Amino acid sequence: MVKINNKKLAKFLGYKAIRLLILLIVIAAISFIMIQLSPIDPVKAYLGQRIVSQEQLAIMGEYWGTNLSLGDRVFGWLSTLASGSMGFSLIYRVPVTEVIMQKFTASFILMAVSWIISAIVGFGLGVLAGAKEGTWIDKAIKTYCYILQSTPTFWIGLVLLMVFSVYLGWFPIGLSVPIGQLSDTVTFWQWLYRLILPAITLSIVGIASITMFTRDKLISVKQSDYVLFAKARGESFWGIIKNHGIRNILLPAITIQFMSFNELFGGTILVEQVFAYPGIGQATVAAGLRSDVPLLLGVVIISTIFVFVGNLIADMIYEYVDPRLRGEDDE
Amino acid sequence: MGKLLEVNNLSISFTQYVQGLNRHDTKVISDLTIDVGESEIVAVLGSSGSGKSLLAHSILGILPYNSHVTGEIRYNGNVLDQDLKEKLRGKEICLIPQSVNFLDPLMKVSEQAIGECKNEKEHDEKKIRQREIFSKYGLDESVDDLYPFELSGGMARKVLLSTALIGNPNLLIADEPTPGLDAKSVKETIEDIKNLREQGKGVLLITHEIDVALKTADRIAIFYSGYVIEINTVENFKNVDNVLHPYTKALINSLPRNGFQLTEGVQPLEDLPGCPYWENCPIRLDKCKDNKPELVEHDGIMIRCFNFKGANDGA
Repeated sequence: MVKINNKKLAKFLGYKAIRLLILLIVIAAISFIMIQLSPIDPVKAYLGQRIVSQEQLAIMGEYWGTNLSLGDRVFGWLSTLASGSMGFSLIYRVPVTEVIMQKFTASFILMAVSWIISAIVGFGLGVLAGAKEGTWIDKAIKTYCYILQSTPTFWIGLVLLMVFSVYLGWFPIGLSVPIGQLSDTVTFWQWLYRLILPAITLSIVGIASITMFTRDKLISVKQSDYVLFAKARGESFWGIIKNHGIRNILLPAITIQFMSFNELFGGTILVEQVFAYPGIGQATVAAGLRSDVPLLLGVVIISTIFVFVGNLIADMIYEYVDPRLRGEDDE
Repeated sequence: MGKLLEVNNLSISFTQYVQGLNRHDTKVISDLTIDVGESEIVAVLGSSGSGKSLLAHSILGILPYNSHVTGEIRYNGNVLDQDLKEKLRGKEICLIPQSVNFLDPLMKVSEQAIGECKNEKEHDEKKIRQREIFSKYGLDESVDDLYPFELSGGMARKVLLSTALIGNPNLLIADEPTPGLDAKSVKETIEDIKNLREQGKGVLLITHEIDVALKTADRIAIFYSGYVIEINTVENFKNVDNVLHPYTKALINSLPRNGFQLTEGVQPLEDLPGCPYWENCPIRLDKCKDNKPELVEHDGIMIRCFNFKGANDGA
């Protein structure tokens, strides 16, 4: 169904790659400068509570380059980054890339599961509310969305924990592996069981926006001339919703969902904190609290790429799936 | 002979809330009476934006929820209520819409022509019929897979017409079928609609283009400010003395071939207590201001005027 013009795709991706590169350089530089200007001193953070003399401190500073000018430091950081290294994490004592790889994988599963749940549930509720606009079903769904939208993520997490883990005892209160067990020995079901509550919490937050968006789109489609004509041709109500409604709102809804990667990333930081789930979110909080500058900067870069990829996919869906834009219009 | 479609005293109004909570009823169509027989084309001619399309929508039962309808519509002698409308629309009564905007932008045109199907078998049957009709109107197989935005103006018009004909209807309602088309396409449209009459179908043609109405229709109903003021045969429109209503006369005199005689004045937006044409009428009587003339028959012509007999003497 989808014909892809290779030349156009290459041009499109090339253009996007340049955009990403520029974005990364700017983000890396700005976040580095901001940390340099903040009261965080990486040397002190590294030494922790140990007592050292002024001379030793100066040697450390020279070794790490904290005595250089800001320009030199930014340049040094960017050139090291260009060589593929993001430095050494102060709290995990391993290269930042390794920490991020490990933590991000754990978070990625959490985010992917909740992203899919929120997409399916949100879209379904949105279609239902839009189709039944003005009825009590619509009003109930709308109220539900307003409440969700105005509720902080961590609070939802706490409520779910209280109800399902503490009172009902159905789920564990946290951690991705049972206490006293090595992560290598965890079975798939144990892992899945511990994923459910955090994933639900994270998806609940995403549901509201996608539902309201879908509902709005469906209502405007229902007012279109082509739906009027479909009615005039004797198509049934749910037939119209299915054939014309969903057909016309699916693409924008998927696009919006891909563009919500930033909210997803922000949400996962809070959720992982509440559920003590060892992912990128927890690593971010730890890096911030304990002045682990390399790790913090690494997370910033990784999250930039993550959000960029979401937007890129959204753009690609429009360019290559929507028949109105797909055409061989260039050259 | 039983009429295919009879519309008796149809009024359509909309309830709106203006300035806070003041309810206001806007009357769009008032006391409309019209009929269409088999093998007959009846044009409803009125200015753009006057609410003519709502006549089509009310026959098909697709008016918005805040509309209020009184009067009676009969199809083949049976009262056309909402249930019957839903049963017949798309099958016996079909709409030919105005423009390509009435097609789903993300659906291939052949699938739209086929429409909703209960199962594969029905789809296959309709597919054959769709192909037949498309070829009849010169749309080859490559058109089947096009999306509406890929159609040219002329193709779009043919697709819309074919779409209406899939169900083999008896009555077609063409709602402004010629907007913004070039002269050649307009001519083709007129021919296509006339062809439908040869096949025994009844056509209700809703248009604001007097030329299209004159070239296509058997009878023309003049729609003025929500009222049908005259229904006359197309022959009578050739001579200004054969039409009865002063507005119709003004309309004919304004045609290029009759010397472009324009008349001042606009159509009233509000429903007046008297004749809607009172304000601009050259032959008005005193009673016209506060009394509404009824649509009456005179020599086979339907006319809504107290003084139509005086019209030819006075002018």
